[in-house]
Amino acid sequence: MQRIGVFVCHCGTNIAATVDVKAVAEALGHEPGVVISQEYQYMCSESGQDLVKNAIKENNLTGVVVCSCSPRMHENTFRKAAASVGLNPYLVEIANIREQCSWIHKDIASATDKAIILGKAAVAKVHLNAPLTAGESPVVKRALVIGGGIAGIQTALDIAEAGFEVDIVEKEPTIGGKMAQIDKTFPTLDCAACILTPKMVEASQNEKITIHSFSEVSDVKGFVGNFTVTIKKKARFVDETKCTGCGLCTEKCPMKKVPNEFNMGLDNRRAVYIPFAQAVPKVATIDPNYCMMLKNGKCGICSKVCSVGAIDYKQTDKFIEQKYGAIVVATGFNPIKLDKYDEFAYSYCPDVVTSLELERLMNAAGPNGGTLLRPSDKTHPHTIVFVQCVGSRCDDGKGKQYCSKICCMYTAKHAMLIREKYPDTEVYVFYIDVRTPGKNFDEFYRRAVEQYDVHYIKGMVGKVTPKADGKIDVQASDLISNEQLHIDADMVVLAAAIEPDKTARPLATMLTTQMDTNDFFTEAHPKLRPVESATAGIFLSGACQGPKDIPETVAQASAAAAKAIGLLCKNSITCNPCVAHSDELMCNGCSACEKVCPYGAITYQDKEFRMPNRTTAIRRVASVNPAVCQGCGACTVACPSGAMDLNGFSNSQIMAEVDAICK
Amino acid sequence: MQVNENFEPVIVAFCCNWCSYAGADLSGTNRLNYPANVKIIRVPCSCRVNPMFILRAFQKGADGVILCGCHPGDCHYTSGNYFTRRRITLLYSMLDFLGIERNRTRLEWVSAAEGAKFAAVMNQFVADVKKLGPNRRLEDLRCRKQ
Repeated sequence: MQRIGVFVCHCGTNIAATVDVKAVAEALGHEPGVVISQEYQYMCSESGQDLVKNAIKENNLTGVVVCSCSPRMHENTFRKAAASVGLNPYLVEIANIREQCSWIHKDIASATDKAIILGKAAVAKVHLNAPLTAGESPVVKRALVIGGGIAGIQTALDIAEAGFEVDIVEKEPTIGGKMAQIDKTFPTLDCAACILTPKMVEASQNEKITIHSFSEVSDVKGFVGNFTVTIKKKARFVDETKCTGCGLCTEKCPMKKVPNEFNMGLDNRRAVYIPFAQAVPKVATIDPNYCMMLKNGKCGICSKVCSVGAIDYKQTDKFIEQKYGAIVVATGFNPIKLDKYDEFAYSYCPDVVTSLELERLMNAAGPNGGTLLRPSDKTHPHTIVFVQCVGSRCDDGKGKQYCSKICCMYTAKHAMLIREKYPDTEVYVFYIDVRTPGKNFDEFYRRAVEQYDVHYIKGMVGKVTPKADGKIDVQASDLISNEQLHIDADMVVLAAAIEPDKTARPLATMLTTQMDTNDFFTEAHPKLRPVESATAGIFLSGACQGPKDIPETVAQASAAAAKAIGLLCKNSITCNPCVAHSDELMCNGCSACEKVCPYGAITYQDKEFRMPNRTTAIRRVASVNPAVCQGCGACTVACPSGAMDLNGFSNSQIMAEVDAICK
Repeated sequence: MQVNENFEPVIVAFCCNWCSYAGADLSGTNRLNYPANVKIIRVPCSCRVNPMFILRAFQKGADGVILCGCHPGDCHYTSGNYFTRRRITLLYSMLDFLGIERNRTRLEWVSAAEGAKFAAVMNQFVADVKKLGPNRRLEDLRCRKQ
């Protein structure tokens, strides 16, 4: 006979304000098998948990129902409490009467009725709960970091520092990411390359870190502690082990007209190239879209000049398979494409640039060697207009609804740097709001306005029109003086919104992690678990989780590393015991379950069964590997004979809940 | 058809643990209202829901059953909701054959971030079922509450 205890939480007034908790406890006390039914102010508090523990001990309970907040919040709390007094933790069920009842409904009578029904369903379910024991599975002591920007580099360095092997997979020929393209950083105005490149070198020299540049993750299998990842090493047509990075091939290559993506297409590179001087690894890469040898079989100059024979035109994509215990996603961001913003003339006027392009124009390693010149006629611009929120905070469907967060600060930085270097240049910034929360951020912005006389104008730019004399007419409204302005500008800089990298979504599918509608990775809890994904063993680092500046990215990168190290330190982890299992006597070996299993957890075995008249027969039956099964339950529905069932969510348990709700 | 204003339908909602259940929690956190008729059963994945559960609910007197899962492509278990989609398509044709109103059963994709969508979907579904009136055809009278 079951002995069930029911514990109804007031949650202060969160539940008690709309649900008559006393009535709920009273009603559930009459349910079959319920021997004790209590209510308490805060069931999750220490004294609340003690109440549950004492009740379990005193009444020798065989099942517990807690009517409280969402099981996503405190299921573990009460499971641990039960386990501490010797009750199997999987004999605890939660009835969600806060998020899915008291917070939704205003009418006390109907909310109380609903809470009672939800409680009854939980009691009906707990009647059928079986004690479950979580198995253990070993942890592979190696981490994978996907993305080699500052987030990925920092995470990898921290994990390596703790003594674990780390692999960085970077899709570009070099690590460094967006930060390598940036000239100066706010709010200290120190040079990005000077602080980033030593970290890149550190990562390449660390013996615990392996960098797979020009590579992509092509497949992920497995689960926390034991992922099997296939990495595609794209053919770069240069033998990485031989290339010394001397750069002779990049000087001799006759194919000179390839847009240089590192300089945002503002100048050209060769078909064989090293993205920038400080690239790590410093290895040349041949672009097969432009290389004449690879396209037509004619040329071969690079292989002739290479003194170490590193050029290999026959190289093909290689796939390597590696096991990892933890995976950190650091796929970063990109500025949005501005093809929908014709009003800013970006597509046809070369002097309308994005902020990242301006960053390259001002960089000493950029196309103009650090002198700010108009891309069209290489003259010095005297009037520059910055347009904020291009595609950010936009609810017209063209852009993004969110604030890209970093634009206000980098625009203040650009404005300040331009005024510092070229005091004869007038700088205008059109903004919706200036958002500068952050350490020393507002002071920085005030300096731009007060010390550097940057003209900040609250208002929107309506239209940007290139004129015949080379000037650009910027038509804008000043919201404070309420007038229309026309500015004759030499250059216009657009603060394009940032969005997650395009590789993030297919990666999320491979990793079975969640993303929000903007394709940013979703953290396990927005406040309390900000660097973990909801999928165990997958951690989030940097702008793949949301727009971030460099200090925040580095902070999150180290936090993600700490979480990954916490996992890698363990020798084994407890598995989810809510996995499928097959009743061998009912299984007819039809393979229906095997075909729907996304994890390949189901295999078939020939087993000997005793048959009538002292005979035996060998039958083919399904068997589930509990370490691989993730407990989705797809097989339970596919099984035609009803042999397959899921621990914790068994057919009979769900049916009992349905019955309790419909009764 | 006469709409009975006082008819309060019994609605069973199956929500997958990773997306829709979290979405339901989010609509609670945001204090978005939907009728108390909706009672949620948590399942690990929408593909855990056997069409038999839905028929069972109707047999026991539910007036509507809604099944919510992650958006296609976003399933926590990679492909579970694709199975759900096919199974529900088959269930629909069976329900059509039996002459059960199509609107009593619904499949919706609600992500963990879509609290507002969850509430909107539930409001709409309850309104639709109210228009249909009580489920008579599949209800097993032996199961009816005395």
